[in-house]
Amino acid sequence: MPSVKIPKKSTDVDMTPFVDVAFLILTFFIMATKFKPPEVAEITIPNSVSTKLLPDNDAVMVSLDSTGRVFFEMLVQADPQLKYKVISNLNTTRNLNLTEAEMQRFMKKVPAVGVPFSGLKQYLSLSDDEMKRVKLEGIPTNDSLGGELYYWVRDAVSVMAGKKINYLIKGDNNAKYPAFKNVLAAFKKNDIYKFNLVTSPEGVPSGSDLDLFQKKQSTVKK
Amino acid sequence: MASIDTGGGDSGHKKGPGVKKAKKMSTRIDMTPMVDLGFLLITFFIFTTTLSSPATMDLYMPKDTDKDEEQNKAKQSGALTILLAKNNTAYYYEGELAPDGSNFKSVKFSELRKVIMDKKKEVMSRYVKDAACEQEKIQKGKDPDDCKQEDLVVVIKPDKEATYKNTVDILDEMTINKVNRFALVDISPVEEDLIAATEQSGGQ
Repeated sequence: MPSVKIPKKSTDVDMTPFVDVAFLILTFFIMATKFKPPEVAEITIPNSVSTKLLPDNDAVMVSLDSTGRVFFEMLVQADPQLKYKVISNLNTTRNLNLTEAEMQRFMKKVPAVGVPFSGLKQYLSLSDDEMKRVKLEGIPTNDSLGGELYYWVRDAVSVMAGKKINYLIKGDNNAKYPAFKNVLAAFKKNDIYKFNLVTSPEGVPSGSDLDLFQKKQSTVKK
Repeated sequence: MASIDTGGGDSGHKKGPGVKKAKKMSTRIDMTPMVDLGFLLITFFIFTTTLSSPATMDLYMPKDTDKDEEQNKAKQSGALTILLAKNNTAYYYEGELAPDGSNFKSVKFSELRKVIMDKKKEVMSRYVKDAACEQEKIQKGKDPDDCKQEDLVVVIKPDKEATYKNTVDILDEMTINKVNRFALVDISPVEEDLIAATEQSGGQ
């Protein structure tokens, strides 16, 4: 007796459209991605309704973490030599006793400074791995003149003379106000009164005056 | 499984005798490794990408000045002083602080917006039409309604326990409520004492 033949159906699925979509998404992410620069300290920034974009060149950034440690950073990808100029200036004015090699290393390897002047030489003598692991104590700011941060800002401003510099302050949500005040004092002593606070954008609360104003503006435009 | 289907096969052309039939090779490629790699990369980029880039908020600080005559005097009726303290609490008073502290009020941080809005409304209700001012604002391309709050000054005084978040949030409130004149000022000892006293009596 002939057995009933079950017709063999192919289990092949045509995956081509699926693969197409997958690669489309992949392309999007590759295009849209921007790698995070390495950060010295974990900082959660507060929210604000401001939507102005963060300038990422020709800027001086002071970070303030939750325990009140202060870090100084120069955002000068376009001209890294500026960092070298700052450190060599400070080397002579503050008697840091840095060698040429150490200053080169500072320019290339140190994204943000988080040590007092007295600890800078020792910090620069560490290996790359140790540099990442070592616990930084932050730049001293705790006097009414802005502490050592004043000198960092002063020299950064002098080497970037002629450019429009943005002064960014990136503070942690839980940082205390006096720490922030000390940072402001360091800038004020350099006659800098205009700052950009780094925040993450959030929506304008509906019904507030700003919301009403923006709506009025957009109807006028239409 | 994952493969390009070429729909291979007999395309029905009759070949004459003596024409050698070329051996049909399959054109199907196994695409599985490519798909694997594709998804691996997608996962990688999803995890590493930072979608919301941070924004910045402008802050203008006044120059420190010791000379009394150079300091801007705020009008009593339009002044609102906000003090920020620990645990998201805030204190405020309108005009000048009464010697007995009777107009010194405590408020939750989240309720400050209402306080600011009420004060602004109150100041704007006292506005007497100033045509020259409105004309000037229009010429400069600004909102003529700004004239109505000419007298309003908000003074922000964070104490030493206030967090950076609250400081930024209150500055943001100024933008949200369109307060044009505000200042970030150091707290005075009298006010610090009052905060300490209120915190103690409130059992905090």
